[in-house]
Amino acid sequence: MTPPAGPSAGLPATGSRERILARIRAAVAAAPEPPVRRAYRTGARMPRETLIELFAERVRDYRAIVHTVPGAEVPGTVAAALARRGVRRLVVPAHLPEAWLERTGGSVERLADDPPLPAAELDRADGVISGCAVAIAETGTIVLDAGPGQGRRALTLVPDYHLCLVRAEQIVPRVPEAIARLDPRRPLTWISGPSATSDIELNRIEGVHGPRTLEVVIITD
Amino acid sequence: MGGSGTSPARGRVVDLGMPEFPRGAARAVADSQLRFNLRKATHTIRGKRANVVAELPDWLELRAAGKAIKDHTLRNLDRYLIRLERAVTEAGGHVHWAADAAEANRIVTDLVKATGETSVVKVKSMATQEIGLNEALAEAGITAYETDLAELIVQLGDDRPSHILVPAIHRNRAEIREIFLDHMGEWGRPAPEGLTDEPRALAEAARLHLRERFLSTKVAISGANFMVAETGTLVVLESEGNGRMCLTLPETLISVVGIEKVVPTWRDLEVFLQLLPRSSTGERMNPYTSTWTGVTPGDGPREFHLVLLDNGRTDVLADEVGRQALRCIRCSACLNVCPVYERAGGHAYGSVYPGPIGAILTPQLRGMASPLDASLPYASSLCGACYDVCPVAIDIPTVLVHLRARAPHPPAERTLLRAASWVLARASRLAGVQRLASRLRRLIPRRAPGPLAAWTDTRDVPPVPKEPFRDWWDRTEGGAE
Ligand code: SF4
Repeated sequence: MTPPAGPSAGLPATGSRERILARIRAAVAAAPEPPVRRAYRTGARMPRETLIELFAERVRDYRAIVHTVPGAEVPGTVAAALARRGVRRLVVPAHLPEAWLERTGGSVERLADDPPLPAAELDRADGVISGCAVAIAETGTIVLDAGPGQGRRALTLVPDYHLCLVRAEQIVPRVPEAIARLDPRRPLTWISGPSATSDIELNRIEGVHGPRTLEVVIITD
Repeated sequence: MGGSGTSPARGRVVDLGMPEFPRGAARAVADSQLRFNLRKATHTIRGKRANVVAELPDWLELRAAGKAIKDHTLRNLDRYLIRLERAVTEAGGHVHWAADAAEANRIVTDLVKATGETSVVKVKSMATQEIGLNEALAEAGITAYETDLAELIVQLGDDRPSHILVPAIHRNRAEIREIFLDHMGEWGRPAPEGLTDEPRALAEAARLHLRERFLSTKVAISGANFMVAETGTLVVLESEGNGRMCLTLPETLISVVGIEKVVPTWRDLEVFLQLLPRSSTGERMNPYTSTWTGVTPGDGPREFHLVLLDNGRTDVLADEVGRQALRCIRCSACLNVCPVYERAGGHAYGSVYPGPIGAILTPQLRGMASPLDASLPYASSLCGACYDVCPVAIDIPTVLVHLRARAPHPPAERTLLRAASWVLARASRLAGVQRLASRLRRLIPRRAPGPLAAWTDTRDVPPVPKEPFRDWWDRTEGGAE
């Protein structure tokens, strides 16, 4: 393997690599080889109703807004949420199911990311709607993998309002099941509630840089 | 250190210019605001942590797995680093190796210069604080903007962090408001007029101050909580979203990460993504976790550089007892239960790594030549609370005793310390001998030798508990905290 060319080319980058590796080998030469045992819980299964209930409860714990509705009610729920929030300019990632927006009507301008929206444009949008890749019931976490209906990472980051739709079959019980389903080669964003900080006298404040409002619609069928 | 060809110098962990621990601590003890804040902070997080940890019936199994995965990784660190390097390179990233702080700073400075930019945004990273990167960049005419709210408070206040997780915990809201009003304008967008000290208003001021910068800055610098050797994936856990901003919007991303942060497989994250948030902020999950593998066309930075940092870590690795400190995942749980930290505050430790973990990591990274570093292993009452909460089971008391034996001592004391630390190291591996261990710890001089005696003379340090730690824990933690 050739060392990457770059500004440090010509400096002893390779020298440090070999020296560090040699020092590691010398340091651990006599160390025992500890076995790794995984006695913790994996491969959990839960009935669909339990998954939905637990996920909804845990997302609410982060003070996000949560709706649990059958597929037929999704367009109405989405339209009502956008209207309540007063969203006029909505970022819509490619391949978002068209049906989700069929009731939003003409008052909502859709911003497609094609060609890519400049960051300043994203900043002026009122919100973004997206699907997700996986959701975790126990921790109330949504994972985005930049796949269809989610778009590149900036789309769900810069706008101040994120409306995220989760299908029941995307919910897994716990973290190990989520890790097993996800593809690490894709850029992933794990979202557990809205942006928050506790840096000022430990008061939890929703919203610093990420979306300050997270609204989640769980589709039960 | 350049191309001298000799073995890397012992790591340089930036000395924060503080006096040795006893004097720093005495000063902090006198500061009632700091004590109040620290007490509130540590007790609040402690309670939250206990609740979310109790929720998981397999916590001890996760902890055992976390410890074992880290030990296995450290034992085979050369292999996993090479594998990581290959995976990152194949995914379109560049990997650099830095033997010490100077080399890491030079690599990063050169990378930034090559972009032609004169400013960078930063997401909180202890590794870059350890090497004094901001100062090195400033010397090269590059401004580094900290973007975590707490780091922003610290930077604007020309201050030093005092806690791993809540670095500005020594500041109250009125002080933060003052700092924002006085200094935001010097760095960029000024604080809004009529800014109140309401936490929400202060957060909003930070959001406005930093937004423009996020949208326009072309280079970001981060650390990472984990690096996956198998896939080349880096992982950053955060709360505010400034991490996502830094990792997503700029064109160039430079991550400076200690070599001990590698884990072998993607699957290993199933352990650490359960252990870390619950131990750290006491939440089931932190608001945001980002993972990325090299570069992704059309999404995020076009150029990615990983700087692998030794800076004394291989020295720590060579110490049979002390090397377990490298398992640390920087959750800060040990700070929040430490009676000494609660009274002394983070600044007394004189390093970016405060609290019990700092007391064992800093002297190992830097050596114990200075009075401060030699006094750090005494910054503990050896009560064992830190070991009990540590999600990767670092036996901090045993390492402290071991380091006391290594610090400069009169020969007689040295022999006693050696013997005691040997027995303790053995004893701690046996189940059900906590009482024996606690009795043995009493044999260990709690008084630091020579000029360091000042620390142990302050009577603020609680005595070693006579009851086994488990009982003490149940009594104080399970109660009305
Ligand atoms: S030593 Fe353990 S408890 Fe302390 S910060 Fe590190 S991982 Fe957390």
